[in-house]
Order: sequence, then structure tokens, then C-alpha cells
Amino acid sequence: MSALTRARTWLDERFHWADLVGPLKKKTVPVHRLSYWYFLGGITLFLFIIQVCTGILLLLYYRPGANEAFESVQYIMTRVQFGWLVRSIHSWAANLMILTAFAHMFSVVFLRAYRKPRELTWLSGMVLLFLALGFGFSGYLLPWNTLAFFATKVGTEITGQVPVVGRHLMIFLRGGEDVTGATLTRFFGFHVAVLPGLTTLFVLLHLALVQYFGMSVPPGVEARWKTSPQEARQMKFFPNFFLRELMAWYIALGVLGALAAILPWELGTKADPFAPAPAGIRPEWYFMFMFQTLKKIPAKLWFVDGEVVGILVFGAAGLVWMLLPFFDKAGGGRGRKFIMGAGVFALAYIIAMTFYGYAAK
Amino acid sequence: MKTEEPGRIQPLRRRMVEMLLGGGLFASIVSAIYPVLRYLVPPPVADLGGDEIVAAKVGDLKPNSSKIVRFGTRPALLLMTSEGEYRALSAVCTHLSCTVQYRNDLHQVWCACHNGMYDLNGRNISGPPPRPLEAYQVHVRGDEIVISRKREA
Repeated sequence: MSALTRARTWLDERFHWADLVGPLKKKTVPVHRLSYWYFLGGITLFLFIIQVCTGILLLLYYRPGANEAFESVQYIMTRVQFGWLVRSIHSWAANLMILTAFAHMFSVVFLRAYRKPRELTWLSGMVLLFLALGFGFSGYLLPWNTLAFFATKVGTEITGQVPVVGRHLMIFLRGGEDVTGATLTRFFGFHVAVLPGLTTLFVLLHLALVQYFGMSVPPGVEARWKTSPQEARQMKFFPNFFLRELMAWYIALGVLGALAAILPWELGTKADPFAPAPAGIRPEWYFMFMFQTLKKIPAKLWFVDGEVVGILVFGAAGLVWMLLPFFDKAGGGRGRKFIMGAGVFALAYIIAMTFYGYAAK
Repeated sequence: MKTEEPGRIQPLRRRMVEMLLGGGLFASIVSAIYPVLRYLVPPPVADLGGDEIVAAKVGDLKPNSSKIVRFGTRPALLLMTSEGEYRALSAVCTHLSCTVQYRNDLHQVWCACHNGMYDLNGRNISGPPPRPLEAYQVHVRGDEIVISRKREA
């Protein structure tokens, strides 16, 4: 113990340790019946850490390139000890992370945690969600299997439909006119260098903002606490909430390990650019609602391509969604109602279209 | 957590809980670290070369010249002396594993990395190499020059 104390004194003499950890010590978490929702962001962070660790492990054996990628993943899954487990955990954690990020986002909408002064926290969170989707899209291609090959073809083709910049964007993403080994090299670079760097920056920003503003209390609870302050309860972040969060992480790890061991992620067959697309080509589930919508839009709406209309509508909806907190103050409660309505509609739409997409095949 | 008063014996139940918690945590950490350590060990590479390869055709080499060939997973040096005799040696320097070469001006085997010198039987004669190069057997079979590892009887 004395060694630890001495180390702390050593640091304290140089960095004023007490000042550094002071804010963390003072941090509290409001306690009310909706406190459970505070765990979701932390679980998402935990899954991201898992992704970084398993991703580094996969990098030890993975080789990008159209001739080697599939074989190297096959090698990881069949020859490397526990390779199947590492890859399964990486795939499962990726999907769970998107799921918890979405749940976190909707909880912020419905508990109105985005409201002043936390608009920038919301925006940084939205950037993180887009980065996570980018991780998913680029990582999906890396095993170079048939399903991923065609999903990437379709996905980048949709990007190409964006008016004006679409084509350039598509060629930039693909590294050429078509999805080839060049695309794989690019996606690999995005997946292991560009996106992790950006994500780390935004995670730090997001956490700093959460730390700076403290935890949001849902408006209903806040109003009650204002009228009767003796009801207001707070929990110390460290160690009380921190230990609870660790418990949540432990459960998440258990779920993750069980899923990876019982339902190992499939590899499929190697992509053949000159083979016809097999039936059942679909993107990852979190893109399904967009995919299904684009499938249902007629080829022509008035005189514009249906696809283009779909993309523009999704783009506009995404923009409005990003700016959601800024509608909160509008016209005496109308803005608030609009945000709630948008939240309910978005959630219902995503769930319904996702199920529809899987049912329709 | 103010149970640690000096002189007071902790109740058995508390110790039990702490043991279960600690043991559970320890088991969890081990079960996470063990697969990672096993994962880090690279799977063995199959040595496809076997113990014998065809290194060259008769006539490929002139006297006082050499050739590096692949023998299993490592390079080997096949050389023809000025007298027209074939020799085959491991081409991996015994010092720090650089690939050696035949110097037709010196009639010796030389490692460029640290100026190690071997004679044509693979004996280390000057410079840092600590051991001789492994010598292989050379047979001429028809028009093929075959090199093989010396079998220890």
C-alpha cells in the first residue's frame, strides 16, 4: 500500500493529481426510476474497447487483398487457436455495439437529454453513430465473401446515385469504377486507420462533454425534484456508479461470449466478381430499413429516379435528426412535440422496415 | 466499508463473499487472457520441402559459380568448385541468419552482413560466425542435381 501512496505523492508533486481527479470525485449520477438508461452509453463504450482489442488481434493474421483476404480469415477461423472465438467476438460485438448505440440515442431522445446545454453532446454522439455505421460497412467487406461483396456493390452504387457528387464519391469509395481488390484495400485502410483515429477523438470529446455538463435529469423528474428538493437523490460516480457500470460491462461480456461461442459468425463462400449474385443478398441488419425502403420505391416518381428521391429523403431526414435538439425551443412546446413525434416515428419506422425486410427476403 | 477495525475478526460470511467474488473475478480474467495468449502463438508452418529437392540440372552451373535454391522453408547454396565438384550448404549464416553467398574471387562463402567467412565445406574460418554451415549431400541423378539432408545413422 505504501508503494501506491508514494507513487501518488510522486505524481501529485508533479501534476497536482488531486486537481486532475478532483472533478471525477465530485461527479455524481442522479438516482431515479429511469437511471438504468444511463448505462447504455457506457456499454457502447465497452463494446468499442472490445472491438479495438479484438481488431488488433485479428490484424496479426488478416491480410487485405482479393487473393488473400478470404483465405486469411479462413486461416484465422480454422488454424489459429481460438481464432474462431476472436473473430466471432469481433463480429458480434460490432453488431451489439450498433444496437446499444441506437438504444442510447433513442433513450436520449425520449428522456430529452439532448436539451440545452447538451446540443453539442448530441451532435458528437451523432458523428459517433455515423462513424460506427462506417465501421460496419467497411468491416463487412473485409472477409471478401460473396454476401459482403454484393452488399458493398449495392451500397456503393447507392452512394453513386447522390446528385452531383455521387459518382465521384462512389469512385473514391471503390478505388475505381468497380468493386475490386482496390476497394478492399481502401476499406481496410478506412477500417483500421481512418475510422479508429476519428472515433477515438470523438469518443474523447463526447466523454469530456458528458463530464463537463454532468448527467441530464429527465424533465419530469427534474420538475418533481424542484418542488420537493428532499426527494432529489444523487449517487457518487466513483466508486458507486462506476462499480455498477462495471457490473453492466461484465454482463455484456457474458452475453457477448455466449453469443460468440454458441453462434459463431459464418464466413460464407469466397467472393467471385464474375459469378451472378445469389439470392438473399442483404446488407447488415442496421442498414436493412434503408435497403428495404429503396426496394419499395417505384423506379420513377414523376420524372425523377425513385432511388434518387429515396436517398434525398433519407439525407434530409438524417439532417433533421442531427439538428433535433435545436427544435426544442421552438414555439411554446410545439418543438418538443415535434421531437417526440419524430422519435416515435423513426423508431417505429426502423423496426417495421427491418422486420419487413427480413420477412420479404 | 468500515468493518476493518483493528483487532476485530471479520465474520466468516463476509470472507466467504469476498472469496467468491475474488475467485469469480480471477477466473473471468484468466478465461479472457488464456485464449488471447494461445491466439498469439502462430500455428506451425508445414515444412513442405521434405528432405530432398532437385536443386538444378546438370550444366546449369559452371565451375567456380553458385546458385541459391529453396530447400524446405530456408535457402540453400549449391556451388561448383573450380575443380568441378558440387557442394551444397545451408545458406543461413550461423551468426545472425543472413543469407550467405559464394565469392568466386575468394573461392569462399561470404556473409555480407558482418563479413563472416566460411570455406567450401561450410567451416567458419573468419569473422563472427560461431558454427559451421550445415552441409547437405549432393547426388547427380540422371541430369538432375539432387540435394538432401545428411541422415544421421
